[in-house]
Amino acid sequence: MKNNILKINKLKVFPNNNPRLNLVKNISLSLKKGKTTCIVGESGSGKSLTALSIMQLLSSQLNMSGSIVFEGVNLVNLTKEDIRKRRGKDVAMIFQEPMTSLNPVLTIGYQIEEAIKVHNNLLKAELNKRVEELLNIVGIPTDRINSYPDELSGGQRQRVMIAMAISCSPRLLIADEPTTALDVTVQAQILDLLNSLKIKFEMTMLFITHDFGVVEDIADDVVVMYQGEIVEQGTVLKVLKKPMHPYTKALLACVPDPQGKKDLNPIDYSALKKAIG
Amino acid sequence: MKILLEAKNLSKEYIKTTGFFSRTRTSIKALDNLSINIKRGITLAVVGESGSGKSTLAKSLIRLIELDKGSIKFKNKNMRQISGDELKVTRKNIQMIFQDPYASLNPRMKIIKIMEEPLKIHAIGNSTTQYSKILSMIKRVGLEERDLLKYPHQFSGGQRQRIGIARALILEPELVICDEPVSALDVSVQAQIIQLLKSLQVEFGLTYLFITHDLRIVRHIANEVIVMKDGKLIEQGKTDIIFGSPKTKYTKELLASIPGNLLKRK
Repeated sequence: MKNNILKINKLKVFPNNNPRLNLVKNISLSLKKGKTTCIVGESGSGKSLTALSIMQLLSSQLNMSGSIVFEGVNLVNLTKEDIRKRRGKDVAMIFQEPMTSLNPVLTIGYQIEEAIKVHNNLLKAELNKRVEELLNIVGIPTDRINSYPDELSGGQRQRVMIAMAISCSPRLLIADEPTTALDVTVQAQILDLLNSLKIKFEMTMLFITHDFGVVEDIADDVVVMYQGEIVEQGTVLKVLKKPMHPYTKALLACVPDPQGKKDLNPIDYSALKKAIG
Repeated sequence: MKILLEAKNLSKEYIKTTGFFSRTRTSIKALDNLSINIKRGITLAVVGESGSGKSTLAKSLIRLIELDKGSIKFKNKNMRQISGDELKVTRKNIQMIFQDPYASLNPRMKIIKIMEEPLKIHAIGNSTTQYSKILSMIKRVGLEERDLLKYPHQFSGGQRQRIGIARALILEPELVICDEPVSALDVSVQAQIIQLLKSLQVEFGLTYLFITHDLRIVRHIANEVIVMKDGKLIEQGKTDIIFGSPKTKYTKELLASIPGNLLKRK
């Protein structure tokens, strides 16, 4: 399809010393341009490895096979230098814990500037203007430009990370559990921000989460992963309201319901094993 | 219903020093004249954002933090005036379950040692009765006898939280303070632990003070809720009433932020 910005085909991830142990097992998925796709699954399901494979940021102990085609270019075949030119510019990523991703001894202004300079050759004045513009977009007062990360709240730090990620106008933004460490009210603000950026800059988003509430808020399409495999994918309405796969049903049954009408049902893994066969 | 713990006018201020040579002193009120009652046999949830003083409240109730002001009456004993053996006995009755099961278990102790320690400190039983007590508790939380010889790192996050629960309950407390016990866990594991906590409450007649920032969980576990902000009590009441017709703007805002509501909010 023409409107697919990214196409993953038969992706496998395995440790170098044990090629038979597949952590991600032969998955294929496509991201529609301008849409948000959520990957949902428990820890160990392979969601983060999938994201890191796209960025070609897998640990040196891991290897992968298959193809990852972004706008017609297979990222897997690129040299290290070529992939570095694309990282941040074409595809950018934000992570769960903003404190560990920011350098504690540099001001946020400097760090955002650094992110711009990697891909753009700007004069000092233009650079400053762009940093202020980015701070405005993500909703941080521009007088905080010389603040250090520890002087900001968790939500503000995540906003700085977002500012850095969108600084070179990437077409694809990968967000790996970006709101898991945040308070609910802050989480709602960050989700609002990401949603508005997606529309404003026609960005495609790949959003990794284990929270179905967040999925409902942000996703157009959903991919459910279990033990390294995709067990179900489809539009958000279809997957959340009419789940087909036993695992998706089981996972949805253990999400606490804010109305308190539904009982909590932990996953019965032995029954699930039988159902999947 | 009988009141198990009555806390009145709790206040705690932290002094933060900033600036050159720490000359600027600012104070943060972690608890600001807060009063709560915990009724026997119920689950009282404390909700609020980070920095609202929830954890300071929990720690002050068992005197891990000394308060500036206020009184705490637990089973008609004034918690702030007792000391020595009396404090030790009272603390046995109030146990805590922590958020991070990775950080709250000693990595160099086998599970059997971790479970034995509280029994030894409080001189309960001899080694034979201690072992049978530990065994029945560890089985009750869903682990097996052979797990007693393992170290914490050999367990998953959910299993470690089960160990944390077993360790807290081995002393047969009346009040259990749960400080974000499921926040670090996957939804599927979270559901298991919540169901376990609920069934243990019925079996042992426990009272829970349940601290969380996840309002969806509150709905499933709590009978009553208190909402905190900046060390103050914003609103309290029965869970259904707080969720159904919140009175304050802040509570409404919190409820609107529950994920899965964004589209409805617009």
